[in-house]
Amino acid sequence: MVREVSESCLDSLLTEVVSCYCNRFYPNKHDLAARRIEAIGYQVGHQLSERVRARTIILLDDHLSSQCKRYTMERPRFNDHLEAIKFICKDFWLELFKKHVDNLRTNHRGTFVLQDNKFCWLARMSIDPLADSGKSPEDITSPTAGNKATHAMKMHLYFPCGILRGFLSNLGILCAVSADILTLPTCAYFSLSHTYTEITLCIYHPY
Amino acid sequence: MPPVAPRSGDSIFANLEHMNAELFTLTYGAIVRQLITDLEEVDEVNKQLDQMGYNIGVRLIDEFLAKSNISRCVDFKETAEVIAKVGFKMFLGVTASVINWDADGTSCSIVLEDNPLVDFVELPDNCQGLHYCNILSGVVRGALEMMHLAAVAGHKIEIKRGFNED
Repeated sequence: MVREVSESCLDSLLTEVVSCYCNRFYPNKHDLAARRIEAIGYQVGHQLSERVRARTIILLDDHLSSQCKRYTMERPRFNDHLEAIKFICKDFWLELFKKHVDNLRTNHRGTFVLQDNKFCWLARMSIDPLADSGKSPEDITSPTAGNKATHAMKMHLYFPCGILRGFLSNLGILCAVSADILTLPTCAYFSLSHTYTEITLCIYHPY
Repeated sequence: MPPVAPRSGDSIFANLEHMNAELFTLTYGAIVRQLITDLEEVDEVNKQLDQMGYNIGVRLIDEFLAKSNISRCVDFKETAEVIAKVGFKMFLGVTASVINWDADGTSCSIVLEDNPLVDFVELPDNCQGLHYCNILSGVVRGALEMMHLAAVAGHKIEIKRGFNED
């Protein structure tokens, strides 16, 4: 039987880790904080790929990885990056976030854009544009106030980016992962080369 | 309207949103590992884990009170029982037991026989003195402080079974 814990355990832990690294350890060095948070995610993704693979038994093309030598009659092999990304969009996302990725786009040249319209780790966050700026309500539409709030939320995205990068690296797919919070219908596209894949998460947050 | 009876840990846990503990366990492990890399000193890591737990506890107590319908505890013994039977069950899905009460009734040990934080965890030799589950001590301390109960939650870590001492 799969062991379960309350969702608020992970929510609280992640919120606290981001707060710790952004406010206590590296208060004015957001790049350093972001790198550490992403590194934590990378660890998790790497280990998750071992455990997920143990359950789904994935055969990998030798060209992609020399690490996994498990074989299966049930699961198709990952012939290319697209198959691996599709796995992430369906099974992996389901495992982690209890839903599928809402939209997947690719330019067929190594860039993949995953869109999640209701990313659960951000779903309960509220944005108070006045919180950091101390400005009057008339300034609420100023770009600075909105940017600070978005920036605070973006720090929480480094962790899932790290998870994806770690997961894919264990499949032998080197990549860079970045994430952005967007309001529809705008979108962002990213690039990738044959050996260096850039994936981007587009995350929609309705605010 | 008749008062709502307090609910047992099992029933509350059943009604909350669950997730696979594996992600939680791996995340906590990665956090501890990163803290060790960044801070280098085991004592400093222990301190930070406790502080993180404290910050989590002061917020988690709200959810605990809202969802458990626990009435006011009459003494510290009842408080400890509620933490062990309802609190840990509600969030971690495991029940703890309360042992080793001192003569005054102000100190006890809360023992987790089954601790999701330590699944698959092994401490290397160079991490002697690391209190791996120290975040739990902080959570309890933070939660109790919000209830105006200043507590010093000590800690005793055995990786096979996580211990909490109050």
